[in-house]
Amino acid sequence: MAKKMHKVNVVTVGVGWTGGIVAAELTKAGFTVVGLERGPEKTRKDYMHTHDEIKYDLRGEIEHNLTKDTFTVRNTLKEDAVPIRDKSNSRIGTGNGGGGSHWGAQTHRYYPYDFEIKTKTIEKYGKNKIPKNMTIQDWGITYDELEPYYDKFEKMAGISGEPDPNYPDRSNPYPNPPLKKAEGMRMFHEVTKKLGYKPFTIPAGTVSQKYTNPDGETLNACQYCAFCGYNACEYGAKADPVVTVIPTAQKTGKFEIRNHAEVRRVLYKGKKATGVIYKDTRTGEEFEQPADLVVLTSYVFSNVRLLLLSEIGKVYDPVSGKGVIGKNFTDHHLVSGVRGYFKNKKFNNYAATGAFGEAITDFTGDLFDHTDLDFIHGGQIELRITGDTPISSNFVPSGTPSWGKEFKKQSLYYFNRNLMLFSQKAVMPFKEHYLDLDPTYKDDWGDPLLRITWDYSDNDKRIHEFINGKCKEIMTEMGADIVDENPMPGHYTGYLAFQHNGGGAIMGANPEISAVNNYLQMWEMDNLFVCGASAFPHFGVTNPTTTVGALTYRATEGMIKYLKDGGGQLVQVEKEAQLI
Amino acid sequence: MSDEEKKESDKVDQSRRNFIKNSGLTIGGLVLGGVAGGLIGSNSATTKSQTTTKPVKSHETKEFTEAMQFFSRKEDFDTLAAATECIFPEDENGPGAIALRAPYYIDKQLASPWGRNVNDYRKRPFKDGQTPLNRGEIFLQGIRKLDEEGEKKFQKSFRELEEAEQIEILQDFESGKVKLEYVTSAEFFAMLRQSTLEGVYCDPLYGGNKNMDGWKMKEYPGAQMSYANVIESKEFVKIEPMSLSDHF
Repeated sequence: MAKKMHKVNVVTVGVGWTGGIVAAELTKAGFTVVGLERGPEKTRKDYMHTHDEIKYDLRGEIEHNLTKDTFTVRNTLKEDAVPIRDKSNSRIGTGNGGGGSHWGAQTHRYYPYDFEIKTKTIEKYGKNKIPKNMTIQDWGITYDELEPYYDKFEKMAGISGEPDPNYPDRSNPYPNPPLKKAEGMRMFHEVTKKLGYKPFTIPAGTVSQKYTNPDGETLNACQYCAFCGYNACEYGAKADPVVTVIPTAQKTGKFEIRNHAEVRRVLYKGKKATGVIYKDTRTGEEFEQPADLVVLTSYVFSNVRLLLLSEIGKVYDPVSGKGVIGKNFTDHHLVSGVRGYFKNKKFNNYAATGAFGEAITDFTGDLFDHTDLDFIHGGQIELRITGDTPISSNFVPSGTPSWGKEFKKQSLYYFNRNLMLFSQKAVMPFKEHYLDLDPTYKDDWGDPLLRITWDYSDNDKRIHEFINGKCKEIMTEMGADIVDENPMPGHYTGYLAFQHNGGGAIMGANPEISAVNNYLQMWEMDNLFVCGASAFPHFGVTNPTTTVGALTYRATEGMIKYLKDGGGQLVQVEKEAQLI
Repeated sequence: MSDEEKKESDKVDQSRRNFIKNSGLTIGGLVLGGVAGGLIGSNSATTKSQTTTKPVKSHETKEFTEAMQFFSRKEDFDTLAAATECIFPEDENGPGAIALRAPYYIDKQLASPWGRNVNDYRKRPFKDGQTPLNRGEIFLQGIRKLDEEGEKKFQKSFRELEEAEQIEILQDFESGKVKLEYVTSAEFFAMLRQSTLEGVYCDPLYGGNKNMDGWKMKEYPGAQMSYANVIESKEFVKIEPMSLSDHF
């Protein structure tokens, strides 16, 4: 029998970016919040000795161990899935701050085109432009509606950047100036400008100067130390829930975090959630946490799995295309691009921040004509300097052996004599790509693991090829002596280089085709909100966190309205369903 | 040298002489520890390269952390060492895997939770080629198979072969030609290669990258605290490396 805890206004499942934002906004509005976090406590004191490639980059010290649970992967409906077993193939944040502690903090917004992708594509190219099984749909919100919340997220996180000349619709400038430019970035800027593109410095949550956010939390200036994307920042220079929204919530005295608390079910009576059941991961003891509002604020996988385990919402069926929970899952880890080798030029590749670079968006969204192209959307091209570490960075021109005398010679020679163009690309959803529960593999408590069914689509392959062509042109123009392309992998393996997945509990304008409304409120359960990239109907070109943060800030307004007005749906269902 | 320093130095020298006497090994003024022991007289390339390593200072002779945590048979350790040296050999750029202590690094890692896959998902069934073995088991099996292949092809254990013969065997492993139980030789080789590079370039805290010489060869500055003054530089800036022990 679960031990019953005192009822609170809000319980969050996880205390990363989304849990932290919910806690900060709801406690500031006077409500009590309990955050249940399966990982350990973390503060900046834990960040002081993190310049260690083995412990952080390779062994994932601040990421979730797979000892008790993982996820399984298959490419098609016909196959059996196998579990991801090796922790280094999974990169899911854990502990206070979650993925928000180890992120690279690259913070672009999604484009107006993304939110109305289906309507805009059909308007311009006709229905036949969308392949039969591609399940793109509008998000049930427009860019203009979301813009104030992008602004709010950027101010909270102290984002340092300059406007992207292609996407000028901003109500305010970035709160901080862009990061400094390294030599490779200057070269990229010059060459892309000459080629007629519109380069800009990548906006980042590693702040360019000391900054105090509207909540009174201070971030320090980035030192370009390069231990960033797999590490937490000892300077407090990277926007991280641990140094921003979590302390903001804690200052109110209305926020309590319980660590080692793994939520197993959302409890409900009829169409109303009553709380959650969680276990202390150390003892196995079970607790019930009653709450007026239940908010799922975990990574995509845990959000969707908890809905499936709790039997909330209509389970998606990949054969009929009906149902919503598990629908439109996307993976965003395919890295396109090229590496250029310079025989006579050395760069300070060891110095960087998590999202250090210069980019162009000229081949994204519908900025370029797709009439004669057999894909939709596109990719951003980035000159990225990631702070090359010596174990992981042994880049050699193709044709060089991967070990032995020649390898050693070339890998030493080119360590500081190469530059990388990296491309993040939009990922479209498909009918047979989805999430459900695995029939074979279980976690330590005996519950089924989440199963991914996904593979690269023709759309992915065509964007990859198109973008690689552009990258090659730019790198050659930059003066590289040798230019090697990133190859297209045969199949998706489930490997997570970072945390870029979307879908499974998607947002939209009506409950036939979406799980949550544009306040991330479940259509089927008014007092259950699901925050995260699980709400993305497709994956935009760039990193998910900025859009997740904006959607979550907007959702907190809905939560506050719900609690003050005594409940109900916050959005009226659009009568005219978008099932064109 | 002060009297006291002299006394200290004599003491160390004495223990060094005892060590040499006990191990019976000295080439070109360099005291060779256990790793090279199995290689002497059998691998000319490696032995030659050892002699080019700078002599260690007398007070550094005793390395208390250089012994076996994971391995129980010295032969396994020596074969591992020979294989790492093929992957990252000593050359005109600087030391190889053995001089950088990559074999000791690997031994320590295999004895750690990582070597026993403690943080990995280990529930059955293992199917579609997923291995039920932990990393330590894979290394032991792979290393002993290296010796078996050496005997089969060249009538000597792997660690006693000429470098060219060792490379030939490693290429067979890399291409998956050698049969292992519950794991492919290609998977073992990939782990061996990765672990060797880790041992060559890790923070010296982990027992490899001796004296930060791996980083020095690569012109990698290690665990620096800030590059704010370097980041905009047009020219390459060479910085002497720093390790985590400097943060302590």
